[in-house]
Amino acid sequence: MAKANIYDQVRNNKIKSWLLFFIFIILISALGVAFGFYLGSPIGGTIIAAMIAIIYGLIAYYSGASMILKMTGAKPVTKREFPYLYNTVEGLAIAAGIPTPQCYVIDDSALNAFATGRDPKHAAVTVTTGLLKVMNRQELEGVIAHEMSHIKNLDIRMMMLAAVMVGVVTLISDFMLRSFLWGGHGKSSNRKDSGQLGLILIVVALVLAILAPIVAQLIKLAISRKREFLADANGALLTRYPPGLASALEKIKKDPDPLVDKANKATAHLFISTPFRKTKGLMARAFSTHPDINERIRRLKGM
Amino acid sequence: MALWLTILIIVLVVLVLFVILLYNSVIRLNNQVKNSWAQIDVQLKRRADLIPNLIETVKGYVKHEKGVLTEVTKARTAFLNAKGVNAKAKASNMLSGTLKSLFAVSENYPQLKANENFMQLQEELSGTENKIAYSRQHYNDMVMEFNTKIQVFPNNMIANMLNFKSKESFEAPAADRKNVKVKFD
Repeated sequence: MAKANIYDQVRNNKIKSWLLFFIFIILISALGVAFGFYLGSPIGGTIIAAMIAIIYGLIAYYSGASMILKMTGAKPVTKREFPYLYNTVEGLAIAAGIPTPQCYVIDDSALNAFATGRDPKHAAVTVTTGLLKVMNRQELEGVIAHEMSHIKNLDIRMMMLAAVMVGVVTLISDFMLRSFLWGGHGKSSNRKDSGQLGLILIVVALVLAILAPIVAQLIKLAISRKREFLADANGALLTRYPPGLASALEKIKKDPDPLVDKANKATAHLFISTPFRKTKGLMARAFSTHPDINERIRRLKGM
Repeated sequence: MALWLTILIIVLVVLVLFVILLYNSVIRLNNQVKNSWAQIDVQLKRRADLIPNLIETVKGYVKHEKGVLTEVTKARTAFLNAKGVNAKAKASNMLSGTLKSLFAVSENYPQLKANENFMQLQEELSGTENKIAYSRQHYNDMVMEFNTKIQVFPNNMIANMLNFKSKESFEAPAADRKNVKVKFD
């Protein structure tokens, strides 16, 4: 059932990746307008910003994966060092009919894993050392199969672009907000500029006001918790053994210290389970990047 | 008259296009099936290649059950000499059986079990057994896709004319998947 959908998923992810890219260009250009006003040439600012956005987008597409791997502190490993991990990954790559992805390991006791890359030919699977220690073969296969489905249906491209682009938009708007506050203080003595400054103030405030919810929406679009359920289902289809992943998730649920030290808001949605400390409450759940783990286990057991 | 001719031409063009598209996608699937069959072969070969090393390692430790070792060697030779899908499948099944008894025997030798080389080989062999199972699973998936493609209407009519035949999948009960055993039919 899930298999019949895979071509739709792939197409869907390709379209969403483009969409993400265009929204990104528009966002950066909007920031360019604000900055252009500040410098007295809104059109110039826009053009420069759009060019930067396109160049950055290309960089993100071709080296986003290695940026993410560096950010999370993942180290590439060879088959000689981790034969168990490699054999599992190779086996599931065969089952999925994709080339064997490069394996990475994060030295962290938290139980977690993620996949990244731009397509199945340029993909990487990362697991924590804690995960390798705690899981038995069936459970590890379940986790890797989940990641393998993210790779096969191109979730990885989508999620990689989201991670890199959302990260930079947040960074820039943060930077602008700061420099605007600073600049505001510096220029307040200069009365002549105060009218123009007021205008810039409004524009920047407006842009930032528009920006925040769009960015939030973007993250949501990228993560869409349905994606995790789908990867669970497709992963179970690969191993033909849903209890493997179910019991792996059970172990992850009981993990007393789920914090992956180097994970942050930009990369959180990549992981198989949220890499932060568990939080309760409606707000936390509404903005959670991952579906309820109990619900995932329940669905796997029902397969 | 001219109208009828136009309609006829359009219908013909659509028909030809349909046949071309179908033909190409069937060829593509056929190649995927062939490729996944080759993948099974690679893994079977890999397992056979690991065995001499295993025998070499085990020989020094196992004193009383030398018979198991000759059984494995025999099964391996039989597998390497096997020609054709069916014979290969049967021989590989035999080999799995003998390997299983070898690993069962090794349970009696704690020193062997602690041997670094042996542990590595055991991991490699069980990894390869898994890959054999997975490659067979992928082969079956591909065969199913191929068969569905040429069996649905109206593809079946054209497939008949182009002489595309349904392929046979490897039957293996789902319960067998987690065992070391490899079973072909």
